[in-house]
Amino acid sequence: MLLGPALAVSAILFSLGVAGVLLRRNAIIIFMCIELMLNAANLAFIALAQRLGPDGQVIVFFVMAVAAAEAAVGLAIVLAIYRHKQTLDIQNINLLRG
Amino acid sequence: MIQVMFWVFAVIAIGAAVLCITRRSPVASALWLVTTLFSLAGIFVLLDAQFIAALQVMVYAGAIMVLFLFVIMLLNLGRGTPTDMRGWVGRLIALGLGVAVAVELWVLVRSPLAVSIQLPAGTLSQVTQERGVVGVISDALFRTYLVPFEITSILLLAAIVGAVVLAKRRL
Repeated sequence: MLLGPALAVSAILFSLGVAGVLLRRNAIIIFMCIELMLNAANLAFIALAQRLGPDGQVIVFFVMAVAAAEAAVGLAIVLAIYRHKQTLDIQNINLLRG
Repeated sequence: MIQVMFWVFAVIAIGAAVLCITRRSPVASALWLVTTLFSLAGIFVLLDAQFIAALQVMVYAGAIMVLFLFVIMLLNLGRGTPTDMRGWVGRLIALGLGVAVAVELWVLVRSPLAVSIQLPAGTLSQVTQERGVVGVISDALFRTYLVPFEITSILLLAAIVGAVVLAKRRL
């Protein structure tokens, strides 16, 4: 009964995450927008798990573990970049540009 | 009652997400994101996922966001920095692509689920009452998904080693 609204909220939150990644230039805020997108996907899994069985909740468990690993490694990269460049603006981070 | 609470949490989550991507200060953004994560935990409870809601508060709103705030404080980004928003062209592109993704997902959401794969309404809450909140998840986690669960521990170990190596001053 809440399936439709929950999926709609999930879609809106995911789009806000996408817009945030495109809107901001601060690397840490881009990371936070990625977390927002992961959470929107989690909400879709939980909403569908109510109708299709509890396996969806297990997937959310794994998504959380992956998000924790991603946050740890990502923030370590952010720290290393800040030490190297003294900025987090992604316009100035172009080490891999040819 | 459940409907009303769902919409309250949903409005808080979406409003806080909008504020999260528009606030200038990274600390304010992080705190609004915590608000979103908390309201999502509330929605999870309404959707019969109490254990995941507890994990959401502990792991996401607790551990991960503390990590984010810790890095923001460590890099001293809390001060009034010039805005990091893109210019008008970038904003229009972000708005346009955001709306496009929303419309695509909306169309996807509208497509109906096949009735044959759906459980009868209220099955999950009934199973939860019989087996307990953790029992529902742990049964699937330690039987069907045992190998992915063990691989997750290796992933976390790799993440720990990677974070230490990347954040070290000198190798």
